[in-house]
Amino acid sequence: MNDIFADVEPMVFKSGINVPYTWWTGETAGAFFISIRDEKKIMGRRCMKCNKTYVPPRKVCPVCFQDGMEWVEVSPEGVLESFTIVRRQLASLPRKVPVVFGLVKLDGADTSVLHYVEVADHRKIKIGMRLKAIFCDDRNGTIHDIACFAPTE
Amino acid sequence: MDRAAVIGIGITKIESNKVKETFADMVWEAVNKALSDAKMTIDDIDNVITTSNDFWDGRTISCMAVGDASGARHKNVSCVEGDGTFGAFYGLARVLSGSYGTTLVTAHSKGSESISSLITNAAFDPIYDRALGMDMVSACALQAAAYVHRTGTTPEQMAMVSVKNHGNAKYNPLSQLPMDITVEDVLESEMISDPLHKLDCSPVSDGCCAVIIANEKRASQYGGVPVWIKGVAFCADSYFLGDREISKAVALTKAAKKAFSMARIADPLSEIDVAEVYDAFTYQELMWLEAIGLCEDGKAGINLEKGYYGIKGKLPVNPSGGLLSGHPVIAGGLIRIAEIVKQLRGEAGGYQIAGAKKGIAHGVNGLCGQSHCIWILDGEK
Repeated sequence: MNDIFADVEPMVFKSGINVPYTWWTGETAGAFFISIRDEKKIMGRRCMKCNKTYVPPRKVCPVCFQDGMEWVEVSPEGVLESFTIVRRQLASLPRKVPVVFGLVKLDGADTSVLHYVEVADHRKIKIGMRLKAIFCDDRNGTIHDIACFAPTE
Repeated sequence: MDRAAVIGIGITKIESNKVKETFADMVWEAVNKALSDAKMTIDDIDNVITTSNDFWDGRTISCMAVGDASGARHKNVSCVEGDGTFGAFYGLARVLSGSYGTTLVTAHSKGSESISSLITNAAFDPIYDRALGMDMVSACALQAAAYVHRTGTTPEQMAMVSVKNHGNAKYNPLSQLPMDITVEDVLESEMISDPLHKLDCSPVSDGCCAVIIANEKRASQYGGVPVWIKGVAFCADSYFLGDREISKAVALTKAAKKAFSMARIADPLSEIDVAEVYDAFTYQELMWLEAIGLCEDGKAGINLEKGYYGIKGKLPVNPSGGLLSGHPVIAGGLIRIAEIVKQLRGEAGGYQIAGAKKGIAHGVNGLCGQSHCIWILDGEK
């Protein structure tokens, strides 16, 4: 059978979607970012039913599905639960590779925060190592107010 | 559960860039293949479920745009945003409700038309962590590192998944990346995000799958070959990666247990003849097999080395070549269902598992397998 489209030039149409959003952070995330910005304190929310402390904080305990929660300060230090060293300049990355992402469980928290890990020698990054939050001098109330997590020693 | 069956399947060829076909062209092709396979016409379809994602399609309310190509005009049509296995679950529920005798389910995406990294980055929470720039590949690399750390799975074992699945794809004419490669080729390919090399990752793909589900009465009415649905379940985990036990797939274990129980399968390993699991990355095939209960926790890599999961192995896994050989997002899981249907009908050609009677298909939605859907299918009623 002859393909009647065989000689048709494949056309492509280049476009994009760029929609600005203005998200209300909610009072819980708002309080979390304000305490980092103003006091360099990392706050979690503890469920008064299961005693689990969530960082980043949640308004409602997703396990118990109830809102009896209280604010607790957690340590800026914790343990590296997992990490990856991104080598390819993926389109989503706002900084140059290599970029190290880690899940860090802060002392006093039961969940891990996702953030950058900075260790001078990448061969020394190990699951289980102790890390501490490095706060930026210029803080604006976003997740970037923490520059990264770096070794405690 | 009342009896229901998959009575028609249609899959397009999976390609890196279907430059001559629009999303609607792909859907039209898959739907017509499924109708022809089921020996039905569009008039025999009582209702339609489309599965699509607005970001991948680059349009809002993408489910409405795909209705025409799915033959949904003047029919009851609804949609699922997520993997096709979840769309099929909804389609099955509609048949079981008694309101419809047949459901057509479609799932499509054209990964070639956008930038996957930006789309999957937008799956992260905009307040807490999206701005860090993580995407699906880097998130799964983080999960892979945790899995490897906990189980002792080696880079070589992960690489063997890639070697096996790209090798299987040589027998699947619809596959995008049939390849003869070695463990060394995988380990020497570009390190994208430790521990995932390029050949540990599935490619960007275009493709569509359509499946027709019918109740017992309608299943044998048209002359196609029904494959019976014996167990179906899905389960979701927490949204935030840091809330989960990231090296395990707790939600998959729960979904699989429920599906096996529905299907009255007490010993999955001895009763399941073939599995198609969501191998978006090499480590995932191993991790999912363990979570499903088809392998002792942490031992899938060792079993793979022993040849258990090859086409001629004890439990062939992804004989079609899997997603590592072609991964149209959204359609990925529905293709797993369609591939198991082929196996149970004895129509899988060069990658047919001899005597396959029962099979399991698996779909995933969300970052690092947040949500899992399991289908147990049987050639016998």
